[in-house]
Amino acid sequence: MLDLYLPIIVVIGIAFAFAIGSVVFSRLVGVKRYSELKMSPYECGVPPIGNANERFSVKFYLVAVAFIVFDVEVAFLYPWAIMFKQLGWYGAITMGIFIFVLVIGFIYDWKKGALEWE
Amino acid sequence: MENLVQEAIQNVNLHAVMPSLILSVAGMALLLVAVFSPRGKTAHIAWLSIASLIVAGIVTIMGWNDTQYGFAGSVQLDNFAAFFSMICIIAAGLAILMSDEYLKRENFPVGEYYPLILITTAGAMWMVSGTDLITIFLGLEVLSVSLYILAGFFRDQVRCNEAGLKYFFLGAFSTGFLLYGMALLYGVSGTTKVYDIAAYIQANPDTTTNVMFVAGGLLMLTGFFFKIAAAPFHMWTPDVYQGAPTPITAFMSAGPKAAAFAALIRVTFICLEGMQDHLTTVFWVLAVLTMTVGNLIALNQKDLKRMLAYSSIAHAGYAMVGLVAWNEIGSAGILFYMLVYTFMNMGAFAILILIGRSGEENLTLDGVTGLGYKKPMLGIAFSIFLFALMGLPPTAGFTGKFYIFAGAINSGYIWLAVLGVLNSAVSLYYYLRIMIFMYFKEPQEDYAWVKIYPATAVSIVISVIGVLYLGIVPGSIMQLARMAGF
Amino acid sequence: MYGNLWLIPFFPLLGAIINGLFGKKIKNEAVIGGIGTLMIFLSFLVAVQNFFRLIGDTEKVHEIVLASWMTVGNLQVNWELLLDPLSAVMILVVTGVGTLIHLYSIGYMHGETGYYRFFSYLNLFAFSMLMLVLGGNALVMFIGWEGVGLCSYLLIGYYYEKKSASDAAKKAFVVNRIGDFGFLCGLFILFWALAGHGVWTINFVEIAANAHLLEAGGALITIITLAFFLGATGKSAQIPLFTWLPDAMEGPTPVSALIHAATMVTAGIYMIGRMNILFAMAPSTMMTIAIIGAATAFLAASIGFAQNDIKRVLAYSTVSQLGYMFLAMGVGAFSAGIFHLMTHAFFKACLFLGSGSVIHAMHHAYHHAHLHDDPQDMRNMGGLRSKMPITFWTFLLSTIAIAGVPLFSGFFSKDEILWWSFGSTAGHPIFWIIAVCVAGMTAFYMFRLVFMTFFGAQRTDPRAKDHIPESPWTITVPLMVLAFLAVVGGYVGVPKILGGGNHFGNFLAPVFGPAQELHNLNAHGSHALEYTLIALSVCIALFGIYMAWLMYMKNPALPAQFTAKFAGVYRFVFNKWYIDELYDFVFVNPCKRFGTFLWKIFDVRLVDGIVNGCAWVVKGVGAGLRYTQTGYMYNYAVAMVVGVVVIVGFYVFG
Repeated sequence: MLDLYLPIIVVIGIAFAFAIGSVVFSRLVGVKRYSELKMSPYECGVPPIGNANERFSVKFYLVAVAFIVFDVEVAFLYPWAIMFKQLGWYGAITMGIFIFVLVIGFIYDWKKGALEWE
Repeated sequence: MENLVQEAIQNVNLHAVMPSLILSVAGMALLLVAVFSPRGKTAHIAWLSIASLIVAGIVTIMGWNDTQYGFAGSVQLDNFAAFFSMICIIAAGLAILMSDEYLKRENFPVGEYYPLILITTAGAMWMVSGTDLITIFLGLEVLSVSLYILAGFFRDQVRCNEAGLKYFFLGAFSTGFLLYGMALLYGVSGTTKVYDIAAYIQANPDTTTNVMFVAGGLLMLTGFFFKIAAAPFHMWTPDVYQGAPTPITAFMSAGPKAAAFAALIRVTFICLEGMQDHLTTVFWVLAVLTMTVGNLIALNQKDLKRMLAYSSIAHAGYAMVGLVAWNEIGSAGILFYMLVYTFMNMGAFAILILIGRSGEENLTLDGVTGLGYKKPMLGIAFSIFLFALMGLPPTAGFTGKFYIFAGAINSGYIWLAVLGVLNSAVSLYYYLRIMIFMYFKEPQEDYAWVKIYPATAVSIVISVIGVLYLGIVPGSIMQLARMAGF
Repeated sequence: MYGNLWLIPFFPLLGAIINGLFGKKIKNEAVIGGIGTLMIFLSFLVAVQNFFRLIGDTEKVHEIVLASWMTVGNLQVNWELLLDPLSAVMILVVTGVGTLIHLYSIGYMHGETGYYRFFSYLNLFAFSMLMLVLGGNALVMFIGWEGVGLCSYLLIGYYYEKKSASDAAKKAFVVNRIGDFGFLCGLFILFWALAGHGVWTINFVEIAANAHLLEAGGALITIITLAFFLGATGKSAQIPLFTWLPDAMEGPTPVSALIHAATMVTAGIYMIGRMNILFAMAPSTMMTIAIIGAATAFLAASIGFAQNDIKRVLAYSTVSQLGYMFLAMGVGAFSAGIFHLMTHAFFKACLFLGSGSVIHAMHHAYHHAHLHDDPQDMRNMGGLRSKMPITFWTFLLSTIAIAGVPLFSGFFSKDEILWWSFGSTAGHPIFWIIAVCVAGMTAFYMFRLVFMTFFGAQRTDPRAKDHIPESPWTITVPLMVLAFLAVVGGYVGVPKILGGGNHFGNFLAPVFGPAQELHNLNAHGSHALEYTLIALSVCIALFGIYMAWLMYMKNPALPAQFTAKFAGVYRFVFNKWYIDELYDFVFVNPCKRFGTFLWKIFDVRLVDGIVNGCAWVVKGVGAGLRYTQTGYMYNYAVAMVVGVVVIVGFYVFG
């Protein structure tokens, strides 16, 4: 059974060999000439100001987490919507419970102030 | 299609998840109660949580000897699940009892704490009653995610943050192993239901030598080893146990650990039976390694929470001896031991809560100097728990270890039992050292700050009764454990 | 039907817990003592109820399983109680005498520090003793057995700041451990022997039912019973393990009365009674028991001649009377032994409590006069008759009872033992001769005690002698009740030959009858012979009393002349046959020297080296392992990965 995976392993091997090989090859044969412009993070575009490892406000994360939760909720709604007629009341109730659980989370978020920016 | 729906409805059988359902609903309801309650008012949430735990416990007990199958065989509420559910409920109840005053003292009385414990317990119940790898995984995740939050609950304390983060990252890492293992098992057998996997192996005996299946099984077990803190997957334990709020540490060391043992036993004894020959060796080595590492490092600890963390690693090692035995006595022994451990360990942590000052900087060996004279009742209770942890009669620690080691001897693992007893002897050193500090050193403090919180005291009394009852008349509970064991 | 049996040990346990936990807070002596006494009294009531139920019941053996304890392989051990005539008698004695002594202690211990501690221990003792006698299997009995040993240790060492008391406590504990070792050995061998026949049990009823599997008179049964007997000698202070009991008098007097006279020290006799079937199967052991019993009785009685401490005389008297009971067991007179156990509990408890009353009064007087004389020395007493009339009369009645004067309780029980030791199939006239001599000696030294204490001139320091009071009612009431029992207690077992029905023996027959019949243990002889023997023993007892009167009343100078003339003998007896010194020389000092050798050479150099080395290595390894706990998550993760790789690798390639 494992021999089925042999081609995959071969591909992975080739990919690794190509990636490493091209870096090594270019380093071996390439001409190295440094300048200030070349050493900057972005050779073109806006000149960088300050450190890139800046701290973001935790509010971004809160919104991101809330977004993911409700985004996934919508993802679940699609298959139900497609089978809406066939699933009937059973589906409606089940989905209702599902949404209700999420609503509790929503109320909690709201009440805790997670949705307010300031 | 109509038939499919009908079948789905019939297959649900809410009875099979009733206890956990009660806890989930209560958890969500109390979450709303918490968010609408003024800050600092948490006592009513604690009591409502306890009430819901009691209801769930009653429902669980009423279902004894009445196996319920639900969700098309994904959930099976049998005696085994009921016994472990009761351990989790007791652990959660004790944790909540010792929490309210503690949260006030640590100046962080936030109501979400209790619903999170309830949801953790519900997750643990799915885990113990799951007969589908996905159900087990789902339970494990619900349990883990809630625990990640609880472990880092005091968000203004650095050590607590560290505990939460470490637990989260390493937990996620181990979940990767678990999920990968489950995926491999599914890949081999084409099903995620444990009984179907067992049937598949029955039909294809050579599967047990299939590298994919073996790797899958072992990777899945690794995920459980992480949860029960078996060496070398134990390293998160001391840091997390030390940093987490003390009631949560107590709870983690009892409830979720028991749940992980339950899932481990179920999948091992059903799915991986064909791997028994090699697996017992793996368990043997891990059991010895776990108890030895736990006990040896505990010897040098000065911080009591950390010492108890290592001690809990060692106790996981003792319980794993029951896995090696791989027989009815062994698995019943694990059930019994986890119950015993719940009482003795949570009791010990409850004592730590009472003698700790805000911030718990004083929970070291020096911090209990002469405690036995200044607070005699606390001293006696602590001594009882320490005696139990040592495994001395007439406490439950002795009977628990006795059954575990008896199972090992019955299966012919004499050396394992000998190593277990030797380890217990090593552990005497650090447990007794606490008692030496309590009784043989002149008190330097008057322990005036120690207030006997009523609810915490209740949890201590319950634990003392549990430890002594299971130690003196273990017969009836052991009978129940035998009915529940595999 | 006997469902409330568990209440009997439960009440004292409850009392012990209440007083132990809250006694310090209660402080009020009346409440503490009241709780302690009430608890044991309640269990006395339950015991009486169960006793009468048992009398009216045709089925005489009842096992009550309280809970399952443990299951190990084929062995199922329960928390179970056994009620049969033997244990019924024992619980009555323990709770009845126990109640009186608790009541007595309320007054006697007045003002002592740790009053609550005393009552807590005393209740705990009652609990342990009741578990011992009610235990339905050897393990429950052993718990009681150890429990009474522990309580005895705690109570002997009650005045723990006194060195002699804590030394005595340690001695009692160590000597009892030797006995316990015997008990455990016996139990293990018995268990192993029965298991060899496929019977896995330590339950007494089942042991009795399966005893026939072992070869009667064989080496195995002899070893088993001898081991059990070693346990009995430890607990019941027989040769060679009797030296702890006289020292145990360091404890408060109620303790001496309850534990070291009436109940705990009789545990050995009870144990032999409980396993009478096994003992009946081993004639050599029976012979050993009879010889040891007779020898102890004689030795202790002779030491009693020369003691001046009132409690020590009683202590040696107790050892001597216990020897009597062992003699009875040894010649197969089981019910006579238990009978004597009961009557002895009455009169000896009364005597101890009476001596306590005297000591209490003397102490009071000396305290009043600011003197530091020994309140227990009889040479400081004399003429107390008029000062303490109730104490005197009760003491006198009990002394008459122990001396074996006809119509008093001691006469009936002693007489039956004497008859069996002469006429039993396991007896021998020599036993009878020794026993009769001991009876005479007992009469002598007991009356010597009475005369020196209560009669004659008052030898107390003149400054103190007018301050000797009679004791309060909590002390005198138990004395009167016990004296009453000491007088009439024997009438439940008047032998047939004296016109009685021997109800006591008949009541116990279901317990002892089978073994006695099976192994042909009975006493034969003509009535004429029996009457003659009774007459002889009575004469000797009266002669003993007369000698005491002659030497200590009529001609008080006589003892001094006597001791001067037989100085060697006197010194020998006065120094208790140098038994303690002998033990010190033969056992203790060599042990100490050996111990010192072991300690200095073997222990310090070798064992400590190894042990400390081990500990050092273990700790070192622990300290080393600690460095694996770096605190860095990636290290932890790496450890996990390595773990997985090793496990999978081991599985796949191993």
